Amino acid sequence: MKIQKGSLLALYAALELGQEPERQLSTADIAAKYGVSAHHLAKVMRHLVRSGLIQAVRGVGGGYRFAGNPRRTTLLEVIQLFEPMESTVELAGTAGAAATPVIAELRSIAGEIDELTRAVLDTITLRTLLNAIERRAKASAPSPPRTGRARQRRPA
Amino acid sequence: MSARGAFPISIRNAGAADLDTVVRLDRETTGIEKRAYWQEAFARHVAPPHNGRLFLVAEKDGAAVGFIVAEIRAWEFGSPPCGWVFALNVARGLREHGIASVLYDQLCARLRAAGIDTIRTMVAVTNKVNLSFFRSMGMTSGPYIELEKRIE
Ligand SMILES: CC(C)(COP(=O)(O)OP(=O)(O)OC[C@H]1O[C@@H](n2cnc3c(N)ncnc32)[C@H](O)[C@@H]1OP(=O)(O)O)[C@@H](O)C(=O)NCCC(=O)NCCS
Repeated sequence: MKIQKGSLLALYAALELGQEPERQLSTADIAAKYGVSAHHLAKVMRHLVRSGLIQAVRGVGGGYRFAGNPRRTTLLEVIQLFEPMESTVELAGTAGAAATPVIAELRSIAGEIDELTRAVLDTITLRTLLNAIERRAKASAPSPPRTGRARQRRPA
Repeated sequence: MSARGAFPISIRNAGAADLDTVVRLDRETTGIEKRAYWQEAFARHVAPPHNGRLFLVAEKDGAAVGFIVAEIRAWEFGSPPCGWVFALNVARGLREHGIASVLYDQLCARLRAAGIDTIRTMVAVTNKVNLSFFRSMGMTSGPYIELEKRIE
């Protein structure tokens, strides 16, 4: 699976805003935090507003706020706003008789793959993803220096 | 959204008196009454000796409102011992209040105490709610894949 740039930017924004749904952030805030182009992100943000996932807050200190429920919005719902997730098995032009059963079988296999893809992407909510990211960050953080007391605790 | 801690929930081992509730909760979810199946499950998991079999019940105001059933399975297709969850259910009107999370956490604690460090389950690929629940508990696809075929 190759996640396109638009989907990735949308996920950065959705995760950032979904983390604290009450919080407002500007495109510039999010772009700076993730080191991405504010121009490209602005386009993605407009698309997310049109889809109802986030809302634009007007006025002083305006920006964007999460509009849905991050505990129920799934990865698939965000990604498929930017790219189709279904496999396509076809060749331009008309297929010969021998090709028909090959294509049919390959479509059936692609269907299996798509069903698994959906079972993964449509069951991971933004909250679940945020929790996993937090766990990963914690696991890779350097462990705090051991205290003298901890060092004394040795198996008898 | 789960309103966690909205009411107190306690977790205990299932007892023979829970059979009717379990049969009812399962019927309400699946639409099929499987009394004989559950009687057998109770004989294996509720009556001692348990031999690595766990049947936990969640109670609210003294009434059973959910359950989780698991067993320790060892060396199936070369897999070291793991905790295998084969049933989980919460009363319809009480879902999304964190009850299954409490049942799951308790189950993990019991498995850990028994020296088990991996938990597995099998969920219908189209069952979004069950899959979302296990995902939210941090579970991911495992190293096995289920395969099947109609026997001709
Ligand atoms: C799956 C099930 C056990 C979850 O029980 P629950 O008590 O509602 O679960 P919790 O409240 O602890 O939810 C924990 C997480 O699971 C996920 N989840 C639960 N219900 C969900 C739903 N309807 N949609 C999406 N995700 C859901 C969420 O991530 C939730 O976390 P949150 O607090 O951030 O929202 C319950 O829905 C159920 O009994 N379903 C039927 C099970 C079944 O098919 N049994 C038959 C075979 S035995």
